[in-house]
Amino acid sequence: MYRYDEFDHRFVAQRVEQFRDQVQRRLSGELSEDEFKPLRLMNGLYLQLHAYMLRVAIPYGTLSAKQMRKLAYIARRYDRGFGHFTTRQNIQYNWPKLNEVPDLLADLAEVEMHAIQTSGNCIRNVTADHYAGVAGDEIEDPRVYAEMIRQWSTLHPEFSFLPRKFKVAITGSPNDRAAVRVHDIGLRMVTNEAGEPGFEVIVGGGQGRTPIIGATIRKFLPKQYLLSYLEAILRVYNMLGRRDNIYKARIKILVKETGAEKFAELVEREWQAIKDTPVDLPDAEVERIAAYFAPPAYQTLGAYQPSFEEQRLADRDFAAWVRSNVAAHKQPGYSIVNISLKPEGGVPGDASADQMDLVADLADRYSLSEVRVSHMQNLVLPDVRQTDLYDLWQALVEGELATANIGLLGDIIACPGLDYCNLANARSIPVSQRIGRRFADLKRQHDIGELTLNISGCINACGHHHVGHIGLLGVDKKGEEFYQITLGGRRDEQASVGRIVGPAFSTDQVVDAVETIVNTYLDRRVDADERFIDTVGRIGLEPFKEDLYATH
Amino acid sequence: MSLKIVTANRLRDGAVVYLAGSARWSERLRDARRATDAAETDALLAAAERAVAAQEVVAPYLIDVVQADGTIHPVGTREIIRASRGPTIKPPVGSFRQDESHV
Ligand code: SF4
Repeated sequence: MYRYDEFDHRFVAQRVEQFRDQVQRRLSGELSEDEFKPLRLMNGLYLQLHAYMLRVAIPYGTLSAKQMRKLAYIARRYDRGFGHFTTRQNIQYNWPKLNEVPDLLADLAEVEMHAIQTSGNCIRNVTADHYAGVAGDEIEDPRVYAEMIRQWSTLHPEFSFLPRKFKVAITGSPNDRAAVRVHDIGLRMVTNEAGEPGFEVIVGGGQGRTPIIGATIRKFLPKQYLLSYLEAILRVYNMLGRRDNIYKARIKILVKETGAEKFAELVEREWQAIKDTPVDLPDAEVERIAAYFAPPAYQTLGAYQPSFEEQRLADRDFAAWVRSNVAAHKQPGYSIVNISLKPEGGVPGDASADQMDLVADLADRYSLSEVRVSHMQNLVLPDVRQTDLYDLWQALVEGELATANIGLLGDIIACPGLDYCNLANARSIPVSQRIGRRFADLKRQHDIGELTLNISGCINACGHHHVGHIGLLGVDKKGEEFYQITLGGRRDEQASVGRIVGPAFSTDQVVDAVETIVNTYLDRRVDADERFIDTVGRIGLEPFKEDLYATH
Repeated sequence: MSLKIVTANRLRDGAVVYLAGSARWSERLRDARRATDAAETDALLAAAERAVAAQEVVAPYLIDVVQADGTIHPVGTREIIRASRGPTIKPPVGSFRQDESHV
């Protein structure tokens, strides 16, 4: 894992003290709210419906067990004993007190964490494939590059006041688990004909009010030029991006209005001017960073572990959990374990301090002390020996963290919605809970198969509804909560934006509507191997519309 | 004119509060001072602005309330949720209200 150097330590410590001073000045009246607001936002502190909310960055979703324990401590000491893992691999605390936030940040800094760049019009926390470094299909560990981008973008003088917030996602695998096509910049590692690794550079994707699938402006960028090329993109955006209209300020609008080809030319021109200046890191520096992400000392194990196979045969619940929650690891004899934060009737992404502590302990015991946060609001133990899976599973069952629903209907992404968020039109969490209860039978979920259902409480789309196979968007109709449904969205390498099926459904109708959609799929699928998203692709929206609206 | 009250978030901890007296803020909506005409509404807002200047609250605004069962109730889901002082769903097992924390 990356460790802070002297500069990082000093920088974060200085920011904490600076913010302590700013909070004092706010409380004493020296700063007005108008003056203070941009300062608190630069430190990840929002004012929400019921209280302040602090968003803490988890760079590229990687945490040590020690850091996870600190997050648990903070939840207890400064908050109400829980935290919320978000779709951007951050954690949010819902109830911190303004006067205590500086101490909270000082505690975070002890484990090399902070809340910088989690808000405001800057380059936000870079997100990455949560299987980075352990996925069997990976070309290179993308976190090396994510860390390079983090260092380059942190307080980059040119990019602290961009027209709008800016989100970068990166994957080292051809199979996209980081939703790179719906980010301002998406980076997908590929190899060229000579077998050298580099990046496909995708620009101008995004969700929100105007969902757009990003355009590839370079099919292959040699990896040593990553930073200079990104800098060129940011410069073009900084020069030409609109600052007069907040709804048109994201880079996606600029790329759309300029045209991807023309935009690529502008970037190319800018890039040629800076390409061989010291923006790109020398090899030695790249190697220094890469060394932090060197694979741990794995044991040499066989790919076939008889005890694991026996346990799987003997215990059906364990087998079901393995099927949905355990993924292939690049190292023989090891597995990647997904911990669902979506128990039936729970709050998607929420974890109590006790659960965080348990996950930290289990990471120490079974996963080389490392934890990941996925953008699906779940946790991952990346390095588990297959022979430990059964013991680990039992410990997770004890902690109510073993729901076997990863990638299934119960694995709902939901933003905080009107239960917490100041911008919301409608609640997300209660709807996710009611859907979860309707489909509580896990066998039924496994029969239905792979299906993503994403819910946002407003058009800002933090719940990624545009790219859910089924998307629910909360809307306000004369003071009542309604939900607009989209179908056919996907966030993978074939990313697409879901299409609206028809008029929105009331709170009372929406769960039935989801069930109708699922039943239409089950009736129409060719066989159990045809996934929901493939059936939608094959038959289109019409059959779903007929079943949904025929009786209305 | 409908019945109006002023709400805001307390500066120190962000809690939802309602203007209760001329300079008193309460966490309980039923304590709120009610305005029934434009002059009373203006007086409420003026008092709220003084509280902003005194670093007590941030972002005050007027909301509509209705009278029923001898008390007042907020209108609309957002204000109903704010007045309930927490989300409408249960947080995870093991969570607590901060005032219950003994750390
Ligand atoms: S999608 Fe809207 S309601 Fe949900 S968290 Fe984002 S801003 Fe809030």
